[in-house]
Amino acid sequence: MIDRKQKLGAGILLILLVLVLANRFTSNDIASQNLDSIFDPPSLTYPLGTDQFGRCNLARISSAILTSLSMASICVITASTIGTLTGFFSAWYGGHVDRFFSTVVNIIMALPGLIIVLLFSSIIPGSFFMIYLSISLVLWLEYFRVVRARVMSLKSEPAVQMSQLYGFNLVYILRRHLWPSIKTDLATLACFGAGNAILILASIGFVYVGLRPPDAELGLMMVELFPYYSDAPWVLAQPLLAIFALVLAFNLLAKGGSNDAID
Amino acid sequence: MITTISKRLFQAVFVVWAVGTLSFIMMRLLPGNMAFKIAAGRYGYDQVNQQAADMVTSELALDRSAISMYFDWLGSLAQLDFGNSLVSGRPVLHEIQHQLGHSFELALVATIISVLIAVPIGTYCGRRANSLADHTSLFVSAILRAQPVFVIGLILILVFSIHFKLLPVAGFGGSEFIILPATALALSMAALSSRMIKNITNNAVTSSYYQFARLKGLSENQAFERHAKPNITLLFLPFLGVQAICLIEGIVMIESLFSWPGIGHALAHAIFSRDIPMIQASAMVMGLLFVAINSFIDLAVYLIDPRINHSASNHDR
Repeated sequence: MIDRKQKLGAGILLILLVLVLANRFTSNDIASQNLDSIFDPPSLTYPLGTDQFGRCNLARISSAILTSLSMASICVITASTIGTLTGFFSAWYGGHVDRFFSTVVNIIMALPGLIIVLLFSSIIPGSFFMIYLSISLVLWLEYFRVVRARVMSLKSEPAVQMSQLYGFNLVYILRRHLWPSIKTDLATLACFGAGNAILILASIGFVYVGLRPPDAELGLMMVELFPYYSDAPWVLAQPLLAIFALVLAFNLLAKGGSNDAID
Repeated sequence: MITTISKRLFQAVFVVWAVGTLSFIMMRLLPGNMAFKIAAGRYGYDQVNQQAADMVTSELALDRSAISMYFDWLGSLAQLDFGNSLVSGRPVLHEIQHQLGHSFELALVATIISVLIAVPIGTYCGRRANSLADHTSLFVSAILRAQPVFVIGLILILVFSIHFKLLPVAGFGGSEFIILPATALALSMAALSSRMIKNITNNAVTSSYYQFARLKGLSENQAFERHAKPNITLLFLPFLGVQAICLIEGIVMIESLFSWPGIGHALAHAIFSRDIPMIQASAMVMGLLFVAINSFIDLAVYLIDPRINHSASNHDR
């Protein structure tokens, strides 16, 4: 069921996507500078004005949103696939498999996520791939824990045990019994995970460890534009609003399926 | 309890090994000639020449084989020798001690502020779920949670330092410098914990044991003090681990934003200037702190709730 909050979240995401698409109709490049028109107010050529180097803000902000969204989606896809599979195998087969994966999860959990991402991304600075790898490494733990716990409890349910007794194969049991009850959890986790990935990406951009200029990235844009706050507060406001809208949208989307302790 | 302790010890060992190995790989893999970079960090970019780079190479023995350096690296870690900062040349351990003190100060003040915000709001809204106050607190918390913590800090700077000129923008010194960073951290922590406390409180006051306490004639306050509070505390304890993540990650961001001379600022700064012994030591200390906080939470849960004895094995985190 889709509730009001989720509709609102989907609406915000849609508006952001329209913004990204709108950029296709302007021919401005994210890196081309025009030093004669620094901090121009919005105009037809530059619908959202220009920044400290006279670069088009619409181009930059939509490219940054696109970067955030693509980073979030590939991280979530990777993390959910790996987390769900390992969580399932851990719970279903138990024994050594379970012990192995649980140990791995336990040791990765010893470090806060942001520290892991900072360390990995400082191995190869400014690398999209390292950031992707480390965010996925942080995100898959949640999927593992949730899916493992869910499958553990489902495994001992009479319905599942009957299916096994009747000799139905694993694929059938998965589709008939397990998948229906883990898919809502997965959707919720995916939305929270996407929001988290966007926050982490912006955080490391903000401490200047993430993607490098001239790439447009929300956290990076904030540090770059902050010194010009008194000249052009509306330009600084754009990445702030963009990240707020993105994370809020994903958090709202997550709400519907969650019966978590946090609302 | 033994399993929990050994699990935490294992985590601590892993933190040291993983951070050590990652730092070592970093040392080998980072692009650019290390000797030149270090020389630039020491003497400034204008002063670097081949001679300076050679000097750095011979001083730090940068021309050995990778494997011998890796075992040297882990060996000195095992002896708690973190080496000297590549930039300042001073012992890392010495610098870390200073920074740790500053970070503790910030963390402590932030935690106190967040408790002062979250506990009253959480319990008030929990006892009056779906009231106007509850909806307002949910709204504010949802807005705060949709921001990275540094944006909260940024907005506080814009409002209180630049517009009203009440507080210093950033830096370290008198007590007025700690107000903004601690408040930013506290707000991001309280956004989460106030809702958590609200839900636990609401569950407690609508539970049958609480209803029974009221039924047998205890006043609202008596029932809350005697029956709701212990249960709320117990359920809230494991959640402190989540808050610890919030706190440690927040410290990295907030200290960098406010130039607070703590360990998070040291980490971000070290990554930027490629000072790998500093990266290693600061990341390691933060990881170990996190493990220590979680161990204390385990211990507290164990001491408060005797039932955990029976189910210690399936209690994780």
